[in-house]
Order: sequence, then structure tokens, then C-alpha cells
Amino acid sequence: MSKAEKTLLNVPKIQADFPILHRKIRGKRLVYLDSAATSQKPRQVIDATTDFYMRYNANVHRAIYELGEEATREYEGAREKVAAFIHARSPNQVIFTKSTTEALNLVAYGYGLKGPIQAGDEIVGTVMEHHSNHVPWHFVRDHKGAVLKYVDIDDEGNLRMEQYDELITKRTKIVTVSMCSNVLGTINPIKEIAKRAHEAGAVCVVDAAQAAPHLPIDVQSLGADFLAFSGHKMLGPTGIGVLYGETEALEATEPLLGGGEMIREVHLGRASWNDIPYRFEGGTPNIAGAIGLGVAVDYLTDLKMEAVRAHEMEVTRYALDEIHRIPGVRTYGPEDVKQKAGVLAFTIDGVHPHDIASILDVEGICVRSGHHCAQPLMERYDLPATARASFYVYNDSDDVDVLMAGIRKVQEVFA
Amino acid sequence: MSASSDLYQEQILDHYKHPRNKGPLPGASLQARDSNPLCGDEVTLRMKVEGSHLISEVRFEGRGCAISQASASMLTTIVKGKAVRDAEALDRDAILKALGIPLSAARLKCALLPLNVLKLALGNKTDVGV
Repeated sequence: MSKAEKTLLNVPKIQADFPILHRKIRGKRLVYLDSAATSQKPRQVIDATTDFYMRYNANVHRAIYELGEEATREYEGAREKVAAFIHARSPNQVIFTKSTTEALNLVAYGYGLKGPIQAGDEIVGTVMEHHSNHVPWHFVRDHKGAVLKYVDIDDEGNLRMEQYDELITKRTKIVTVSMCSNVLGTINPIKEIAKRAHEAGAVCVVDAAQAAPHLPIDVQSLGADFLAFSGHKMLGPTGIGVLYGETEALEATEPLLGGGEMIREVHLGRASWNDIPYRFEGGTPNIAGAIGLGVAVDYLTDLKMEAVRAHEMEVTRYALDEIHRIPGVRTYGPEDVKQKAGVLAFTIDGVHPHDIASILDVEGICVRSGHHCAQPLMERYDLPATARASFYVYNDSDDVDVLMAGIRKVQEVFA
Repeated sequence: MSASSDLYQEQILDHYKHPRNKGPLPGASLQARDSNPLCGDEVTLRMKVEGSHLISEVRFEGRGCAISQASASMLTTIVKGKAVRDAEALDRDAILKALGIPLSAARLKCALLPLNVLKLALGNKTDVGV
């Protein structure tokens, strides 16, 4: 197959927006292929956070003065942008957290530990989850006596959907699943899973950390009751994440953090909660982070998420075709790019993934190696680790070519 | 010499591909195992000690990256035939000198895993500074 020819995204123009991509690593062009861990940030996002601190830094929601008005307007404006980005009915369904991890913990704590979950109630997850969509549910099991169940995958890394028929029962209260695997790139059929959850009277919790940056998301069409993602993987700053919730589900959720902002009235020994979403945002929020995320959302919206997805499918298709031409290299996850996001987990026979990453690093190529915070998935494949390259809007077929040359170099060193 | 061959020098690759003293050691009097959970590197070290003074036999088993496994192989060649007292005195500098390569902080953990296992086996909890 030839190189990706279509120009769905103007990649050189996009690259020009990312100052870090102009850095040289040991004299070589930086080829950043670790966006599944964290994305790089365009100048627009960096400038927006700087602008907040330079021009209108103030705490939100309380100050009477002009700076506070501006900070509040921009912070709430970011909430509106995020709501529109995921097609939420209302900005009040968007809660700012520090990360996907915190968002999932908020659900596990507020809906699980403190919420309606009882002993013997069932929580159905999958083997492909990131640790942050495993461990919070362990807490619920340990403290509430809930029962955890897991849907397996087939060898190509697709969920064995038929297992939901058996695993979801009348006792199932939560069905939780990642929209996109951070190792395999598998895109899961959330709409179908949410439908099955709802038929059993359960809520559907979606970890969209790898999906929100790369796929168009419509929470209403998906039917997700909770959906979590992070700003830093979608061109935004670190330290800002989002929990979307269906209003009914949020009303059944207790706050994770008690403190300022989340209360209506506090008296000695008792307090009443503020409205949703503020009820869940105790403490001064990451104002600059939220504003930066709002600008990241603007950036992606300008590119159009359909175009982002189409571009990544092309790059991924090209990468799969090229990597399969190299003997002794194995890949994991779906081959059909319609089922796969721009994540390419691979191993090279006879070479540990850390050695792959070390040698690629010398070539200026950033890939991840390890278990990718998905140890149960690695156990499923009986692998200690893999290398992983992941693609985003600033990557193109030239980056893939550099990666392939790097992989051949690794093989030469270990020949 | 390119930078990647700085890290993966011939002797490292040689020890990785042709590990010395690798395999089980029945009748070992000392043994320990440790792993680097972030990387999945793991090393088991077994030794026979004569008259509580001399390490007469040493073997390792393990899996992991070239740095961790080459370091384990090299360590066995250093320790074999040594007095227990001298093995106890081995420190990170001795290992890094034997490896002879510059290591980033992340790869230091791989390089020093076998030394940690040796210290565990000798019942010496001295922190090697990983």
C-alpha cells in the first residue's frame, strides 16, 4: 500500500502549532509516538493558560471584582465547550476533575461505596481495562461486598460480546468498559453495551480516556450514564479531567470531596450540598487547566473530529501494512482499522520492549514500553510487556517510516 | 560508534545472548528472587557456599531486558569463587563499572536488579540505591 495520500488534515500546518515538535533529540527530529500516554500541546493551549495567569488570575465563582468575573466566565465557558464537544444536553452534566482516574474514582466512591450499591450487587468490567478502571471497583467490592465480573476478549482483542448475556444478571448494577483500549486500540461497541446494561437496570460507566481525543463522541447517542476522560491526552493541559453524567445518575452520586464550593450551607456538624455539577467540585478547581482544555476542544472542533478519526485510520492502516512487512515483529489488537484507534502495540522476537524503546529513543523516537497500566490484559496475552506506538493529529506517514527504520535498527543491534 | 551501540555494547549483547551460569542449581544453600514490577524484569539467584566462606557455585534464572539479564550474567561471573564477605561488599558502582555503559535513571533499575537479588540472598538488606 502506498503512503497516505489524502490530506484530511493539513499535518505540516498542525505541526507548526506545536512548539515541542521542533525540538531536536540528539540532533534528530523528535518523532513523538506516545500520545496515548499524553498528547503534545499546541501553542493556542499553552497561550490560553499563560493568558489566564498573566491577565485575569482570580478564583472562580466568589469574587465580585472584574478579574473574578472574567475567570468565572472563562471557566464556565470551558464547561460549555466540553459539553458541546461530547453532545451533552447541558453543561451541568460536565464535572471537572483532575483526571480520568479521579473521575472514575468519583463514580466508584459516590455511586458505589456511598451510593446505591449493596452487598451481592454485581459490577461487570472487562479484561482490557486500564488499571484506573479496575482498582476503584476493587474498593467497592472490598467495602460493599459487590461482586466483580469480567468480559474476556478474543485473540484479536475484541470483546466477546456474547459473554454479556451470561454476565449481566438481575443483580448487575454497574457495567463499566473502556470505549477504546489503550494497548490494543480496540474500539468497543458502547451503544450496544449500554443498551444491555439498561435492560438489566444497571448504569453504564465509560472510560473514554483514549476515545475522547480521537473519536467523535455523542453521549446521548451512546447512552452512557457516566463517561470519563482526561484533558492532557486531547491537546489540553495535565491536571484537568472530565466526568460526564446523566442527570439521574449524578443525583444518585455522593460527592468525593467535601470542602469549599461544593456546599450550599455549612453549620457546625452538618452541611447541605450545592447544585450539580458544583457539588462534585470541592476546592479551588484547576482553572487554568479547564480554560486550556476549552481551547484544546476548540482546536479539535476546528479540525473536525470526523477528519481526525479519518486521518488516524489512514496513518494506522499504513503503519500496520508497513510493520507486517518486517519479519519477526508481532502486533496486538484488531487489524481492521474501523475497529481500531491509532494505537499500535508490538513486540520484536528476541528483544525485550524496554530495549526496543531505548534504541528507538536514540533515534529520536518516543514510544512506550511496559504493561501500559493494563496488567490483566498483558496476563491475558501472557506477555510481560509490549512496545507501543500511538498516533495523533500531528503524526503522518513520515513518522511511520522513521519508526519502521528504527525497528529495523533494533533488529540489527540484536541480530 | 553510534549512540545505540554505546548502550548495547558487544559485551552486554554477548552476556544477554549467551548468559553465563544460567539455569537451576539443585542443592543451593542461598537463594533469592526479585522483580521490577514496572518492567517485568525478574531475576532469581542461587548460590552454594562452602564452609560459610566461599561462594563455590552461582546460577541465575530470569527474564527481562538485555540490561537486566546481562547484568545478572556478569554478576555471576564476579561472584563465583568470591568470599561471601567480598560479595557482600559489592556496590552499585562495581556493577555499573562492569556494565561500562551510561544508563538513564529508568534503566538503572534494570541494571541493579541482580545486585538487589544478591543482597537479598546474602541476607543483607543494604539499599543499593535503586
